[in-house]
Order: sequence, then structure tokens, then C-alpha cells
Amino acid sequence: MRYGNGPEVLRDVSFTLEPGTFHFLTGASGAGKSSLLRLMYLAHRPSRGLVTMFGHDVASLKRGELPPLRRRIGVVFQNFRLLDHLSALDNVALPLRVAGARESQVKEHVAELLSWVGLGDHLNDKPATLSGGQQQRIAIARAVITRPSLLLADEPTGNVDDRIGMRLLHLFEELNKLGTTIVIATHNEMMIERFGYARMVLDKGMLQHLPRGGGATRIA
Amino acid sequence: MFRTHYDLPLQRDVTGKFLPWIIALMVYLAMLAMAGSMVLSDMARRWDRGLAGTLTVQVAPLPNQTPPLGDRVNTALAVLRATPGIARAEALPRQDLQTLLEPWLGTGALNADLPIPAMIDVTLAGGRIDMRGLAQRLQAAVPGAELDDHAAWLKDLLAIARAVEAVALGVVALVGGAAVATVIFVSRAGLAIHGPVVELLHVMGAPDRYVARQFQSHVLGLAIRGGIIGTVLAAATLLGLRHAGGEYAAGLLPDMALGQFQLVALALVPVCAAGLAAVTARVTVSRALARLP
Repeated sequence: MRYGNGPEVLRDVSFTLEPGTFHFLTGASGAGKSSLLRLMYLAHRPSRGLVTMFGHDVASLKRGELPPLRRRIGVVFQNFRLLDHLSALDNVALPLRVAGARESQVKEHVAELLSWVGLGDHLNDKPATLSGGQQQRIAIARAVITRPSLLLADEPTGNVDDRIGMRLLHLFEELNKLGTTIVIATHNEMMIERFGYARMVLDKGMLQHLPRGGGATRIA
Repeated sequence: MFRTHYDLPLQRDVTGKFLPWIIALMVYLAMLAMAGSMVLSDMARRWDRGLAGTLTVQVAPLPNQTPPLGDRVNTALAVLRATPGIARAEALPRQDLQTLLEPWLGTGALNADLPIPAMIDVTLAGGRIDMRGLAQRLQAAVPGAELDDHAAWLKDLLAIARAVEAVALGVVALVGGAAVATVIFVSRAGLAIHGPVVELLHVMGAPDRYVARQFQSHVLGLAIRGGIIGTVLAAATLLGLRHAGGEYAAGLLPDMALGQFQLVALALVPVCAAGLAAVTARVTVSRALARLP
């Protein structure tokens, strides 16, 4: 994968994520974690190679066939990417509205989820009035509101204290138990050790896969 | 069609603030151009219809009044009535001539001593008539008589009316083109300003139509607002002109009254402008979104 005519930021990367699995994605800054996530959430098409999502070869799909696939992927962005002009409730409701959910269901589900992540008293607050941790929880709630098949999170616990971080990881685990495949890009070694899920390590465009409790397995 | 809220904060765009006023100005200009075209068209049609199958014979007063004007009018009437193809020939009473001249000369400006030409109104039976021969016979029998079949000046007048109509339609087309260009600019500016939000919605799986619909609704709302303002201004201007025409220049200005069909056509201008703006916004945004992966 490359941006425009620039150098390849990812090459010879090959891996398969089985449905319902949980992975950490690690690597030094600039190793290509965000680029790999962009490929996975279909914001970028590979310049060469094959990306298969939910059984579909992304390259062979027509452009109009991609939105339904994207709606099966939840994304937590590193900088949250919340819409400042919308309330917490409307931010979290975005994926449901994009998917064409009925408004009566939207508010009920969103309010319930926001209460679950501890923001039940902030439904109508704008992101700018909330703390970094609260904004992060809104971003996570937005990513999981549609119960996606694949959840991609870029440093989802970077702005919250350990207690909230653990709570959010437990939320991801709950979602994982319901069948969602989880990939979390993080530098937090303590968290990786504590939860012990399989680890994908990006280094100079190469990918190493460290299965749960096992040694390094190169799958590139 | 109208959403209660937008995911994109389009209402905050500065570019959108002036769009209603531009649309208002364009609707205003288009409505005035169309109304002017309609009035002229009506006028030309009335002239054409009113003068078709008629002739006018003018008998000018001579310097020494010999033979007298009344005698020459009678002779001209005799020649006309003896001509096959003429159904009726009547001299206009002096009172009618005074009424015709009043808008130019003022009430009471004509007195009995002022020499004015006599006019004979001629109605044709419907068949073809030899105009040149009739004119020659009249001029031979009646000194100072001139036959006017209206064709020459009516042709010029109709040509002018049609030219003005074409110019008016050109103005409407130019105004429409300018409106389309403005909406394209506003839509592209909106896309540039809200690029990150558009990309976020795209990544969430929003189809292009989801985003394009928001731009379309936003522009439609602005265009409707502009259309209403433009319509109100145009209506006020047309009513003002009609009032001025009736009050100060009766007879000089054409009648500004428009028929029901024409009023409906004028009312469609803001509707078409709003529709054109909405479609333009949708197409512009859809084409730009098609470049996303």
C-alpha cells in the first residue's frame, strides 16, 4: 500500500482474522499501524495485493457495494473524530442513521449504551464540553452501537485512566463474546500482557503474529 | 425531503449565507425578463390580431383646403366602397381622432381650427386585394390620400418584439447558468470545508446519496428562501410599473396586466430555480464523492 506516488508504507503483509477473535496490533510509531487499519476499514484500496473482507475480494467489488461492508465495521479513531456540532447522543447515533434505522429505535438504543459507558447524564452535551476520557467513550460507543462484525480501535485507551481503560477493554471483550472480531492498535504493553490476546506486530512493513501465549509466528 | 437535522454542519457555512440573496436576485431578474417578454408578446399579438384584415386611409389637410377635406374624404370613401374585397369603409369622427391624440397633446389641446388628417377605417371582406392598384387609384382620385395596410411597421414592430423576447429568454438562460455556477461553487466549498466529516460518514458506510441528500436539502432550503424573496421583489416591481403605467403614462406604456397562464408561468420561476439548485447540488456532490474509494 502506498499514498499517491509515495513509498510503500505496507508490503508483503498477509494475515487472516478468524471471526470472533481478539487481537492487539502493535509496532513502533510510523510502522504502518494506522495505514493497515485504513486498509481494513476500507478507507483506502491497496495499490497491489488482495484484501478479502467478509468473504468478498475488495478489489473486485464495485464502489457501490462497499458501503454495506463498511457498515459491518466499527472504528474507534485515535483522535476520536467526533462531530463538534452534534450532541453525544447524535454522535453515537450516526452509524444507526447512516444504516437507515428508525428514529424511535435510535434514541432508545443510544441512550442505553451511553448510560452503560457512564455518560447517561451527558446525552445532550456537545463533545467540546466533555473531558478527553468522556469523548473517548463516546467514540467507542459510536463504534459499537451497530454491533459490528469487526471492531478496529486505534489507541482506544490512550486518553483515559487505567480504571476507565480496563472498563473499556471489558466492553470490547463483551462485544467479542457476542461474535465481534476485535483489533486494537496500542502501545500499552501492560494492557496487552494483562489480557494476553494474540498480538500482531508491524515492523518495517512486515507482520509478525504472536498467538495467545505462544512464540512468534511470522505469517508475512 | 427535509431532514430535521444535518450530520454535516452546513448551516454554519459562510458560503451558504449569500446563496439565498444570489438566488433572490436571479429569480428577480428572470421574472422581470419573462414578464417583459410576455407583455411585449401580448402587445405584438394584440396589434397583429387587431390590425389583421384592416386598412387605414389617411387624408391629409392641404395648405389651401381645396378641395375641402370633407369632399376628399367622401371621394375616398366612394373609391373604397366601389373596390371589390372591401366590406366596410367608415371615416373616423373627429371626436375619436381627438381621443387618440389626447395622450400626446393633452386634453382640450385640439380645437376646431387645428388641421388634423382625416382617417378612414377600412375592413376587408377576407379575399385578396390589389393594394398597389388601390393606392394608385386613391392617390389619383384624392389628393393627399395615403393607404396604410400596416404591414410595414407591423412587421418591424413584431421583429422588435421577437428580438426583445429572445433577449429576455437569453437573460433567463444566463441567469439560470449563473445560478448553477453559484450552486456548484457553494457545494464544492461545502465539501472542502466539511471534508473530514464527509470522509467519516463515508467510512461509516454512508452511501453517496446519504451525503448528497444533505447538501441537496440544504441548498433547496436556501434556494426556496431566495426564491420567495425574489418573487416578492419582482411582484412589487411589476405592480409598481403597472401602477405607474396606469397613473402617468396611459396609452404610452403597454398594458402590464398578465393572464392567469402567464402568472402561473412566472410563479414557476422560483420553483424551477429551487429545483435546479437542488439538482445541481446533488449532482455536484455525487460527482465529487465518486472520487472517494
